[in-house]
Amino acid sequence: MGITLYVLAFAVLLAGLYAVVAKKNIIKIIVGVLILDYAVNMMLVLVGYRSIDGQAGQAPILPGGAETGALAKSAVDPLPQAMVLTSIVIGLGLTALMVAMAIRLYEKYGTFDMNEIRRLRG
Amino acid sequence: MGMEYLIVALIAFMFVAALVAVEARDLLSSVISLGAAGFALSVIDLLLGAPDLAITQVVVEVVALVLLVRVVLTRTDTSVTAPRDALRTAAVLLAGGVLLVAAFVAVGGAGTDGAMPPFGEPRLSDPAAAPVEPVSAEYLAKAPDETGAANAVMAILLDYRAYDTLGEATVIFVSILGLYAILRRVGRTSGAARAGKGGTAP
Amino acid sequence: MNDPGMSLIVKNTARLITGFIAVFGIYIALTGHISPGGGFAGGVILASAVVLVVLAFGREFAARLVTEPQCHGWDAAGAMGFLVVALLGYLVGGFFWNFLPTGRLGHLYSGGMIPVANLAILVKVGAGLAGAFIALALFHRTTQRREI
Repeated sequence: MGITLYVLAFAVLLAGLYAVVAKKNIIKIIVGVLILDYAVNMMLVLVGYRSIDGQAGQAPILPGGAETGALAKSAVDPLPQAMVLTSIVIGLGLTALMVAMAIRLYEKYGTFDMNEIRRLRG
Repeated sequence: MGMEYLIVALIAFMFVAALVAVEARDLLSSVISLGAAGFALSVIDLLLGAPDLAITQVVVEVVALVLLVRVVLTRTDTSVTAPRDALRTAAVLLAGGVLLVAAFVAVGGAGTDGAMPPFGEPRLSDPAAAPVEPVSAEYLAKAPDETGAANAVMAILLDYRAYDTLGEATVIFVSILGLYAILRRVGRTSGAARAGKGGTAP
Repeated sequence: MNDPGMSLIVKNTARLITGFIAVFGIYIALTGHISPGGGFAGGVILASAVVLVVLAFGREFAARLVTEPQCHGWDAAGAMGFLVVALLGYLVGGFFWNFLPTGRLGHLYSGGMIPVANLAILVKVGAGLAGAFIALALFHRTTQRREI
């Protein structure tokens, strides 16, 4: 079961990689970078999941009134989640930057096609 | 154990949405199915015990969708007609095969000794792996008492590993600065397009 | 997209709910140490309130309401606030030392410097993304060559 999850996550990463490498349209390349970002975030969260004796792991937040030792027994690993949280917001900054570049390229060359832009620039 | 099947179904849905986003002819359809993949990822995060990530993923997905739809919707060049590039596709498939084999070996399938821990049993603390200190188990056990925050993820982000958060704030700052620099018009007024007046004015 | 904005229903709805969206974003950022959320999610929600204003009322109105120099100022203030939180730790022990009293677990007054840091991140991310969106919208206005 675990292997299936990891293989599927790799498959999503490959779809994003294919879009970045083999596509000519700038918007498709941006979509590919975003899919790569999603796949990496998903894989990090998958690594940190903990299931204890078939019970699903709890979120690492202490509910009100619980004792302070309850987290260590039943919570999922919080360290990958902290790293992925920053990664998600950095992905948003990256999207904004790529969209600005695409808008600027469209204003200058009138098309989103990389071959056309390469031809017009030369 | 039923939840793991649900997670498999959601990741399969995300894979199909990613393929549709990559291969669609119309740019608007591809952007919208990217949004579907993002929402599926948010539900996966919720099922894997990460509610912070689910909230952040949903709102980031919505803002990214608005940005991308605004770029696509008002341009006229929105359908893709380029022929398929055989050489690059073959290169990506070859890299994919190599990556899959490496992943298979790392996860420890079919008799190989895996480097990644099996699904559902992360290495929270490994006393046998000296001198690497066990970290996550200590964070989980001590975060409410030492920091006073009930949310262990926030305690890690803003107390134990606050330097990484400072780095991330810097990265966002620089990327927004880059956006301003790209969209700036140097030497030209930003009023109506003065096409007749020629180039830049110093 | 047309200027000046969308139809009357959309404008009235935006008038009603923009305040709620902004307050919700601030709430999620301030109670980040008790329940899920945190400064980043709150900042993006606050920025999406500004996005709603830009989309519903048109870029001219929104750019006069939330000007770009204002966004730049708040963005830099949030980043400097986070650095001040870090450097204040030097008064007590070291870089990023958490020195405010920890308070009672599960209440709003707990976690030391964590709510203050969340507030700084809320201001930084919210103002940064709002300014970025307004910059994108204003740029689009000056490149209308093929607008219908």
